[in-house]
Amino acid sequence: MADLAIDHDFELSPPLVQGGMTYADVSEKVSAITENKPPKQWYYAIAVTSLMTLMLFGCLTYLVTTGIGVWGNNNPVGWGWDITNFVWWIGIGHAGTLISAILFLFRQKWRTSINRAAEAMTLFAVASAGIYPLFHTGRPWRAIYWLFPLPNSYLHLWQNFRSPLMWDVFAVSTYATVSALFWFTGLIPDLATLRDRATNRIRKLVFGLLSLGWRGSASQWRHYELAYLILAGLSTPLVLSVHSIVSFDFATAVLPGWHTTIFPPYFVAGAIFSGFAMVVTLMTVARWVYNLENLITIKHLENMCKVILATGSIVGFAYATEFFIAWYSGNPYERFAFMNRAFGPYCWAYWTMITCNVVVPQLFWFSKFRTTPALMFILAIFINIGMWFERFVIIASSLHRDFLPASWGYFTPTWVDICTFAGTIGMFLTLFLLFLRFLPAIAMSEIKGVLYQQNQQQKGAHE
Amino acid sequence: MKPLVEINPTRLTGKQYWRSLDQAAATPEFQEWVTSEFPEGYATVDGTNRRTLLKLMGASFGLAGLTACRRPVEKILPFSRASEGYIHGQPLHYASVATFNGTAAGVIVTTIEGRPIKIEGNPKHPYSLGATNAHLQASLLSLYDPDRAKEVQHKGARSSWDEFAAWAKAEFDVTKQGDGSGLRIVSERNASPTLASVRTDLSKRFPKALWVEYESVNLDAARAGAALATGQSVEPHFVFDKADVVFSLDCDFLGLDSASILPVKQFSKRRRVEQPGDKMNRLYVAEANYSLTGAMADHRLRVKVGDAGALALELAKELNVSGKELKVLGNAADKTGKFVTELAKDLAEHKGKSIVVAGPRQPAAVHALVFAINATLGNIGQTVAFTKPPSELTNSLEQVKQLVADLDAGKVKTLVLLGGNPVYTMPTDLNFGAAVKKAAASVALTEEENETWLASEWRLPMAHALECWGDARALDGTASIQQPMIEPLYGGRSVLEVAALVAGREPATGYGLVNAFWTAQWPAAEREKRWKASLFDGIVAEAKAAAVSVPVDAKKALAAAAGRIEPARAGLEAAFYPSHSAYDGRFANNAWMQEAPDPMTKVVWDNVALISKTTAGKLGLRDGDLVSLSKGQQKIDVPVMVQPGHADDSISLFLGYGRAACGRVGQGVGHRVEGLRTTDHFFLVSQVDLKKTGETYQIVTTQEHHRMEGRPIVREASSEEYQKEPAAIKEMAESPKGLTLFPFHDYSKGYQWGMSIDLSACIGCNACLVACQSENNIAVVGKDQVRRGREMHWIRLDRYYTGSDEEAQVVTQPMACQQCENAPCESVCPVAATSHSPEGLNDMAYNRCVGTRYCLNNCPYKVRRFNFLAWNKDVPEVRKLVFNPDVTVRMRGVMEKCTYCVQRIERGKIAANADGRRLLREGEVVSACQQVCPADAIVFGNINDPQSRVSKLKKQARDYELLGELNIRPRTTYLARLRNPNPALEPAAEKENP
Repeated sequence: MADLAIDHDFELSPPLVQGGMTYADVSEKVSAITENKPPKQWYYAIAVTSLMTLMLFGCLTYLVTTGIGVWGNNNPVGWGWDITNFVWWIGIGHAGTLISAILFLFRQKWRTSINRAAEAMTLFAVASAGIYPLFHTGRPWRAIYWLFPLPNSYLHLWQNFRSPLMWDVFAVSTYATVSALFWFTGLIPDLATLRDRATNRIRKLVFGLLSLGWRGSASQWRHYELAYLILAGLSTPLVLSVHSIVSFDFATAVLPGWHTTIFPPYFVAGAIFSGFAMVVTLMTVARWVYNLENLITIKHLENMCKVILATGSIVGFAYATEFFIAWYSGNPYERFAFMNRAFGPYCWAYWTMITCNVVVPQLFWFSKFRTTPALMFILAIFINIGMWFERFVIIASSLHRDFLPASWGYFTPTWVDICTFAGTIGMFLTLFLLFLRFLPAIAMSEIKGVLYQQNQQQKGAHE
Repeated sequence: MKPLVEINPTRLTGKQYWRSLDQAAATPEFQEWVTSEFPEGYATVDGTNRRTLLKLMGASFGLAGLTACRRPVEKILPFSRASEGYIHGQPLHYASVATFNGTAAGVIVTTIEGRPIKIEGNPKHPYSLGATNAHLQASLLSLYDPDRAKEVQHKGARSSWDEFAAWAKAEFDVTKQGDGSGLRIVSERNASPTLASVRTDLSKRFPKALWVEYESVNLDAARAGAALATGQSVEPHFVFDKADVVFSLDCDFLGLDSASILPVKQFSKRRRVEQPGDKMNRLYVAEANYSLTGAMADHRLRVKVGDAGALALELAKELNVSGKELKVLGNAADKTGKFVTELAKDLAEHKGKSIVVAGPRQPAAVHALVFAINATLGNIGQTVAFTKPPSELTNSLEQVKQLVADLDAGKVKTLVLLGGNPVYTMPTDLNFGAAVKKAAASVALTEEENETWLASEWRLPMAHALECWGDARALDGTASIQQPMIEPLYGGRSVLEVAALVAGREPATGYGLVNAFWTAQWPAAEREKRWKASLFDGIVAEAKAAAVSVPVDAKKALAAAAGRIEPARAGLEAAFYPSHSAYDGRFANNAWMQEAPDPMTKVVWDNVALISKTTAGKLGLRDGDLVSLSKGQQKIDVPVMVQPGHADDSISLFLGYGRAACGRVGQGVGHRVEGLRTTDHFFLVSQVDLKKTGETYQIVTTQEHHRMEGRPIVREASSEEYQKEPAAIKEMAESPKGLTLFPFHDYSKGYQWGMSIDLSACIGCNACLVACQSENNIAVVGKDQVRRGREMHWIRLDRYYTGSDEEAQVVTQPMACQQCENAPCESVCPVAATSHSPEGLNDMAYNRCVGTRYCLNNCPYKVRRFNFLAWNKDVPEVRKLVFNPDVTVRMRGVMEKCTYCVQRIERGKIAANADGRRLLREGEVVSACQQVCPADAIVFGNINDPQSRVSKLKKQARDYELLGELNIRPRTTYLARLRNPNPALEPAAEKENP
């Protein structure tokens, strides 16, 4: 791989790996997390999140045995928290893939310390998201196989490929599959590192199996780099396509407030926006607990905040565009839909969304917010809340008041809605905590690549 | 052998409805079989051998697990010789008659496998003409009510009909009763000639016995008024299809103030405009509460119930019927004055072609005055006709007062309560529940274990109208025979049979009595033929009661009336109205009725007190505030609700709720307003006291928003505007025929189903809503689920207010699946559970649906219904008998919606195919909603046939697609609502809040 960094000075100043670490230091630092006993905060955290995960399973069981009526969905609001949560989770996942794949193709070196964790976050987010398309159906025991084009006794009974939900099935399953393959492929050299350092027999066996016999030879590295490139190339369009497909769930409907062509870019921007916010949330805590400040430096965090600022501004601009077009179109239903959002029964959700998504990220213009982990953690939480409300506003406010006023209604979540959602957060965090505990959270091999360049550059500067 | 556990074959609950045909027939062998602990087939152990005993013990131990294998002995009747005309799986239709508040309406009942599943109108019957109303539709469910009275009880213990018959023989004997001065009988209003003959027998046997007819919803005022006006006992008829101008004074003649749907049929005929040149009628209404009639009005005046008489006098004066000068309070005098002036002018211009009608809440004096007005207008004999009354009119309130006085004085030896629920409905000052107990012996025959049942000594289960023989006369005298469709499910008997027991008629069987009565009227040679013909047609062919030409002396009527008409005065009044759901309480345990939203307020599972916006503001009341209404000793608590267009200082109360002894559906639902009703204030309580309790009560409605928000949903025009510019209706919104993303279907061949709904005719009565529920096995979800927005009705009636909140106008729009050609729901279903049929229907495959609800979201009309929970999970077995076997009962998690009654279409096509592969004729397939509609507002048919009625209607200029601008091409289109306002009067409502 040729050194194609465009501006070394810019990129490596301040250096991406700090504290004068050597290759050995990198391996030691990252591997030790998985080899030693986790800090006590980890135990407290996983105890809580495991309970939440159990709560999720309980709620889902209750849902499947009793019916969708345990949620707050009704007529006219057929989708409530279920699809809001689905879109929220899928959106979050996009950041990981962007960091892993797109930043890789753009040769952004700073991605290397966060890409592993971000991609793991994507997988777990997709897992949490995937619960909803299955369980939001009235008959999930049927949906689980009727939504896939499997051979059946009718021979010609296919799915309806005109339906955006069908496209979702393909998009999300492709996304999950490709992300998983990409993540795993990238993990192989690091798993080999763990295998080589393992003293425990079981550890040696497990990591030995997982690392697929990695020897680190030149030809293996060549294959690895090529596979990585291909998978990155496959994942890149997914960043744009998956959430565009998800946005089609709404854009192809006739409902005012849903039926708009701005949704694909708007959703994708929003997905990256919320995803990066989630990465920031997770990374600020992880680096603090595991003392990874030298690997996940302020510069990394600052870059992420800049992406958040950029995508947040796009999202804010999209809101304004929607409003303008609603007025410009002259369509009375469209105009009403937007006035209803801002001043109707869901205005509280709407203004929360505006505050959290438009106002809050603008604080990242100030370097204090971009460079202080504690502050960016708080802002990132607000942004995630705001993005949740964006999906909720789109779904609930458009559905509850559409064409015929006689059918207007209102949606209120039930405790099952809330506990299910909290449960998915619990499951996500449980999986992430397990990831931190057992797998290398930072891509050691890639960091070492950056370290090499950094050293070269510093050597060159001294000469 | 004395049984350890007695099993009463007549008391059957839960899964085992009836075990065998023997049981249904209640043969003596069966009785013996079921009461013996070990039915035949067990072996007695009589051997003394120890080995044998141990062998038997061991064997029985080993076989212990087989206890479930014991099968009752059943006698199977194979169809080696089938019943005539019975094909298993094919429905049979029988004609019968339903009596409602003393009026008969012919019905045709669809039965399948020996049980009725649908009630339709009898096209041959003059008071049905093929249509029914919501209550008749729902009465089918009452047949299968699991909370029906199931056994005879005496002093709280189980008894039997035989024991009662034995007691009755002794009790209703001349030796015991003497001249019958201690015998009192209370029944509902009845129009049965056979029962009348039994009554005659009874009065011959016990000359001093008194038979009181009492109805909570008392519709006698018109007859009483006619008696005052003419001096004779006559039945007045209003022929609405002959009238060009109609003025209704507090009369919801399109709704519950008529006992039949005939006025709707007649009125809607003149309301519909098929050619731009057709002449529409004009309706003026003066009323307090917003009724269905008021919703159809071209001009509506808000008048307190108590002030209506004064308004009538004003009108009489204006028409020069020599009226007295009286002040009319209430609305701005100039508004009222202008209304009366123009109304009088309009009426006068249509002499002989107008109708003035007053409602049952008005005293007889007002009715007499109204007849005088009609006489002055030359309407008598034209649009207002008199006939011989089908039954004798009595002053039920006077009789009831006397009855209770006798009871309290201890004069009553035996009290027989035949049907109804008098303990619940009687005026509260009579304290009838306690009075019943003062009779030496009491007998109550009721359908359910209601308040009357509990108060009585002898408790007899009543047979439902579909289970017993009887007959009834319609208001014009047409007689029909009522035949049963099913054996009484719980061994109940009819009013006729019990009355016969009391009268000592033998044999006291319904069939015997009815058959004997009618065949006695006919010559012997024709008896069999005429009996069969009467049963088949649903009407007894006989000379109709001729119109009685009775002159109305206007001056005399006026004199009789004027002194008794109250002047208009200030103060809060409360008027009693029958509920569109519970009626007078008889449907309180009927889940279809409880869930059917009130046509005007859209309230479900409740009754509310309606007040005007101004009054609410004055008293500081908001929707849901619980208030205490009291007058003298009487007090009730009831939640209020603001009703746009309601008269000021008037409260509308609805009967039939707050039942204390009701089944699982109606127990404690709503608020009992009968507690405020006394014999002096039976229709109206004037000067009522209102106190806020400070509590609030949650009212649940199916519709939360009541304005069209400027959208062209219900398109309206005056008939004048329409005649000038017919194209204006279609131009109210664009309806482009754009391209479609996916290849379009070819609709040029075969049947293409479509529907046209005439908004000028629809009165919003709920008949279609309940008929659809009955036909399509639609589930009831209960009050809490309706509160969450999950009601399951496939057709709903959207009611919008236009104009101001004080002077609102109402438009109603039936809304069911529009079967769009370019359906937005079809493309979004991931599993293709909803797809388009070649005949233009949007098909719903329940077994394919996984329940993603995307179709519900994408439907712009929001007519799809989702089974959020398992609505049919705990349905009692007997309740399942009402299901239509042609329609799947949906499980939880699947979507459903109107199918244009595809099961009827398919049955029709099969029948046409079997009948020589011919095409379906016009009118051969009718949807349930079309068939039941009394206003003929819904028309369904083949739009590929240019001669079909639906095709012709769709060609009208006022036909429009709702939400046509979305390019979804609905097959159901609407005919715009036309009004016919009087140009001299101001536009009926300021169109400020569309």
